[in-house]
Amino acid sequence: MPGKLKVKIVAGRHLPVMDRASDLTDAFVEVKFGNTTFKTDVYLKSLNPQWNSEWFKFEVDDEDLQDEPLQITVLDHDTYSANDAIGKVYIDIDPLLYSEAATVISGWFPIYDTIHGIRGEINVVVKVDLFNDLNRFRQSSCGVKFFCTTSIPKCYRAVIIHGFVEELVVNEDPEYQWIDRIRTPRASNEARQRLISLMSGELQRKIGLKVLEMRGNAVVGYLQCFDLEGESGLVVRAIGTACTLDKLSSPAAFLPACNSPSKDMKESPLVHPPSHGCRSTHNSPIHTATGSRLTQNFSVSVPTLIYTGMGSGSAGKEGGPFKALLRQQTQSALEQREFPFFTLTAFPPGFLVHVGGVVSARSVKLLDRIHNPDEPETRDAWWAEIRQEIKSHAKALGCHAVVGYSESTSICEEVCILSASGTAAVLNPRFLQDGTVEGCLEQRLEENLPIGCGFCHIPYDELNMPFPAHLTYCYNCRKQKVPDVLFTTIDLPTDAAVIGKGCLIQARLCRLKKKAQAEANATAISNLLPFMEYEVHTQLMNKLKLKGMNALFGLRIQITVGENMLMGLASATGVYLAALPTPGGIQIAGKTPNDGSYEQHISHMQKKINDTIAKNKELYEINPPEISEEIIGSPIPEPRQRSRLLRSQSESSDEVTELDLSHGKKDAFVLEIDDTDAMEDVHSLLTDVPPPSGFYSCNTEIMPGINNWTSEIQMFTSVRVIRLSSLNLTNQALNKNFNDLCENLLKSLYFKLRSMIPCCLCHVNFTVSLPEDELIQVTVTAVAITFDKNQALQTTKTHVEKSLQRASTDNEELLQFPLELCSDSLPSHPFPPAKATSVDYSSFADRCSSWIELIKLKAQTIRRGSIKTTVTVEKASPMGEGNFRNRSAPPCANSTVGVVKMTPLSFIPGAKITKYLGIINMFFIRETTSLREEGGVSGFLHAFIAEVFAMVRAHVAALGGNAVVSYIMKQCVFMENPNKNQAQCLINVSGDAVVFVRESDLEVVPTQQPTANCQPLCTEGEVTT
Amino acid sequence: MTSELDIFVGNTTLIDEDGLWVGGTVSDAVALRVRSGILEQTGATAAVLQSDTMDHYRTFHMLERLLHAPPKLLHQLIFQIPPSRQALLIERYYAFDEAFVREVLGKKLSKGTKKDLDDISPKTGITLKSCRRQFDNFKRVFKVVEEMRGSLVDNIQQHFLLSDRLARDYAAIVFFANNRFETGKKKLQYLSFGDFAFCAELMIQNWTLGAVGEAPTDPDSQMDDMDMDLDKEFLQDLKELKVLVADKDLLDLHKSLVCTALRGKLGVFSEMEANFKNLSRGLVNVAAKLTHNKDVRDLFVDLVEKFVEPCRSDHWPLNDVRLFLNQYSASVHSLDGFRHQALWDRYMGTLRGCLLRLYHD
Repeated sequence: MPGKLKVKIVAGRHLPVMDRASDLTDAFVEVKFGNTTFKTDVYLKSLNPQWNSEWFKFEVDDEDLQDEPLQITVLDHDTYSANDAIGKVYIDIDPLLYSEAATVISGWFPIYDTIHGIRGEINVVVKVDLFNDLNRFRQSSCGVKFFCTTSIPKCYRAVIIHGFVEELVVNEDPEYQWIDRIRTPRASNEARQRLISLMSGELQRKIGLKVLEMRGNAVVGYLQCFDLEGESGLVVRAIGTACTLDKLSSPAAFLPACNSPSKDMKESPLVHPPSHGCRSTHNSPIHTATGSRLTQNFSVSVPTLIYTGMGSGSAGKEGGPFKALLRQQTQSALEQREFPFFTLTAFPPGFLVHVGGVVSARSVKLLDRIHNPDEPETRDAWWAEIRQEIKSHAKALGCHAVVGYSESTSICEEVCILSASGTAAVLNPRFLQDGTVEGCLEQRLEENLPIGCGFCHIPYDELNMPFPAHLTYCYNCRKQKVPDVLFTTIDLPTDAAVIGKGCLIQARLCRLKKKAQAEANATAISNLLPFMEYEVHTQLMNKLKLKGMNALFGLRIQITVGENMLMGLASATGVYLAALPTPGGIQIAGKTPNDGSYEQHISHMQKKINDTIAKNKELYEINPPEISEEIIGSPIPEPRQRSRLLRSQSESSDEVTELDLSHGKKDAFVLEIDDTDAMEDVHSLLTDVPPPSGFYSCNTEIMPGINNWTSEIQMFTSVRVIRLSSLNLTNQALNKNFNDLCENLLKSLYFKLRSMIPCCLCHVNFTVSLPEDELIQVTVTAVAITFDKNQALQTTKTHVEKSLQRASTDNEELLQFPLELCSDSLPSHPFPPAKATSVDYSSFADRCSSWIELIKLKAQTIRRGSIKTTVTVEKASPMGEGNFRNRSAPPCANSTVGVVKMTPLSFIPGAKITKYLGIINMFFIRETTSLREEGGVSGFLHAFIAEVFAMVRAHVAALGGNAVVSYIMKQCVFMENPNKNQAQCLINVSGDAVVFVRESDLEVVPTQQPTANCQPLCTEGEVTT
Repeated sequence: MTSELDIFVGNTTLIDEDGLWVGGTVSDAVALRVRSGILEQTGATAAVLQSDTMDHYRTFHMLERLLHAPPKLLHQLIFQIPPSRQALLIERYYAFDEAFVREVLGKKLSKGTKKDLDDISPKTGITLKSCRRQFDNFKRVFKVVEEMRGSLVDNIQQHFLLSDRLARDYAAIVFFANNRFETGKKKLQYLSFGDFAFCAELMIQNWTLGAVGEAPTDPDSQMDDMDMDLDKEFLQDLKELKVLVADKDLLDLHKSLVCTALRGKLGVFSEMEANFKNLSRGLVNVAAKLTHNKDVRDLFVDLVEKFVEPCRSDHWPLNDVRLFLNQYSASVHSLDGFRHQALWDRYMGTLRGCLLRLYHD
């Protein structure tokens, strides 16, 4: 009996009238946990009963504590007939099971009924006494912390990042059981809610066990999803990243992840071990700055050296073999993991070394009944297959890990598309290993990665590229090769050098398909998928060019399957990375050059496109420093499209088709207009309207180029469903409808939030579903954050100046250096390609050491040339300042008691998160048989979503929190039957409950710009730009 | 392509400042907003405006139930609304149109009157929906404070969280409805709601039970609401004032006192002198008649007929009216034979204020 759960029912308020005669209610409460039930007394004739019950005590296993929700039912006592249920409250007691989170749950909870919605509130107090016995064989995993946040939570420090954890549990869906024919919709809904609650508890416990096995104490980036497979069952699956976290003791000691690197450089001895050779030779202080510069090269071209930092004891050239050994160890450390995946999208500094590109895999499956829920082998095998594919893609990109990893499904009848995607990356193993030196964070800059561009450098072998690509020297450090375009699923690294602002870029696509059954249907879908991927990719690439940008972050491609169509929606945030080359324009070419009017038309289009690019560059403040070709020392490549996406589709059979998304030899920036389709494509490119002035949007955590948030935030969910006119639908018409739907939705958002200008929509998350034949549903959740316009301008300016300055100094110093380095093709083997697992390490090391000699030579030359050794430091400090300013942005003083903020981001602008109270993971079903009376579908769903928000807020408040961060609406399944006046909706939300403190309330270092740009709520409307 | 469903739900509920949702249909509101030039200002399309307006209407529809008892709005959990917006919402919901309130002021807030709304709406140009809301608000406030003791304004403020200004207006409306003062007659049409509200406030302050400053002790008067019902005893006593016009000597003395004091100060002195007895009779008879409910209802009609109109026809300037009324009330103190000085002051103090307010074109 390792736990005692104590519950007290205090009072109720605003109860509905259950007795028409008296207009009052005789309410009592049933408290149920597991199989034990307690009841309160009946409080006669009141809509605001005061039960003030005794403490109901449940003595339970901690396993049950984790799995079971506390179930509170409010009923109306009836002497003559059955008691009527008023509604229920499910309370997840998991947050009480680990010490650092909440200690008590106490507060007003909305009483929820699946048919009537919220009906009054109940005040409940819940406590848990846990008896620790760590020695016994554990089935529970109490104490493992869960975070939805996809970065290291703000008041913690990552000691070790262990890696991927996954689990899934299956069950029969109560909605499809035979008994559902005879029970009420309410009973059925409640059975489902309860089952899913149980299943997610069980899932979380199992994941927790895996984490304990890995010796971790937390799961970060926890993502749990439901697959409603209909007849074949209900799958609850979750993925996450196991970590060992350390709580930062004093909040003052908290340093943001985006800490200025300059500081660390000053603190730590500067001759770092990235190269033993270097260290043994150059110990003079003057070398320090160049040292950091040199390591840029090391870390990129010879990743081996990255790992040598560990063997700090060894000296000189003897370090060579030792390094190799270490490398072998780290490699095997990663390789022994079945899947070196990380659900994180933002990382501690120094963690991410290189980014290869997006890897994704999809597979079409036919659902069959899950025969034995205890052995969910098929589903497990399906996912294992997909993950294996992802892993091999990453290897092909010369990467040993996948970050920003996520999985999703789309189900229509018996067909299911499983998708997984992530970003292939090379990681610093320091964080990944057990027994690492304490305090990696302190040492995080040991590698001295080139600031702001290291992650862009290619991790794969230049001579043996996995796809046709065009490489140039990094425009930032000029030493390493970078691709011309970079696609990733992660957030923009905080230290990345960006020019201008970013923007939301979407590719939208529909494809009709014939209705078909079973295998034929699955085949049709798998045949369509490659074409969709290709087109989505082309669209993304073209739109990126049109914006004058060269990289995508937070890329999320969603393919949705319906009865008669497939929808593809890709969202990402486009940015201009200073390290990557300027994107070329888009050229239009006609197929029939003889026709005069046609030519004219083409040139007109071309002009329009050029104008748009110029306008966008101005709009997003993209003005990279002009660099002539000679200075760079390598010719600016002819713009050529190259794919960073490598994926494949596979059907249930094991055949794997690799899809090369590049356009092969063809110059892909040339759009050939040879038929109306192509015309449409060009038109659709130009129909995307930029947001009105004062608005920015992105789907990542932070908006590049804006770092002075003020504290006003507004999280929202918007849902739209359109009905297509069913007559002779064509792909074009469908595309146009879908495009209009998304564009109009965005326009509506801008209009609604106009009072917040200047503001940015962050973490814009679109979800598409096809609930019926002719219905398209788009759900958007995002947060609007206000920012200070004046400060924004300043920062961008300094940023540009900074990069200008950097460029010029770099040019002076490094005229030939990079060229020479890379003319030596041997060391530019960055990492052994996937197949070359049996690399001869000693010889490799030899090569390295010989190369180190070369570097040493160069380093001396440089020193002789009296370089400005402070460049790096200089560059780093304004950046730190910017971040500092960001954090201490003047907050508004409009916080009132009882307000619970919700945001899909991991932070709250102008505030500091002081405590994580636990994960919020809630599932609700709402059903109505009086749809018209509730205001139609819109009225019904509007009320339901408002209720869901209310219940989330109430739970957070009861935990003692005042915000939910990393909030996500994972599912919003809406079904209607207007003829029967019925509708049903399922919503699943999650997030992290936190306590935050306004920075103005803390004793902070005096702000440099105290000009508060508070916008009192009443005057919002007057702010126009 | 038709939109089946279109919603926007914010964690903080968006409340439209213009409050157009309080009256009219969605299309009315959209038309109004288009005319306000919002499309040009924001560059939005009509479809966007339509969708936004629908959202506000839906939100309002859900909030309306709570607005019926505003304290509920403060404690509910479903909508997170900043306090300033809550206040705005309540204020907008309980706001009323001058034109409308003039139509129903003093009428019984009953089903019968509600039926009249169908006629009032086209007459005033206010949508029927808005008329109904305003009427229901009046009725709801009336029902809630009807049985309550204590200050009428305080009660309204406490139970409906209205601003001071609005609470006072509602107090006037409730007071008028309770006493059924006639305000609809043609000769009263020139009076604004503000005029009546001003009088109501004076009357509540001076002529009700609450005005005496002590709770009634005898059991049968406990049925009376302190601020809503006129002090019956006081009205009964007012009969005693009749002596001022019935006793010819007293009347002459009163006249000579007033005339002496005002000679040379009044532009309309001769007219005043000629009309004194008529005016005095009018004012005193109004007082004497207040024992009958019917005459209480006609208070304003009588005041206009007996005082405002005669003065107006002789073109008295407002200042002369003020001088006259001051002197007229004060001179009574010098009438040795008159014993009801306190009663006179309670009556005339209020009436003087009312008459000055009512005296305009």
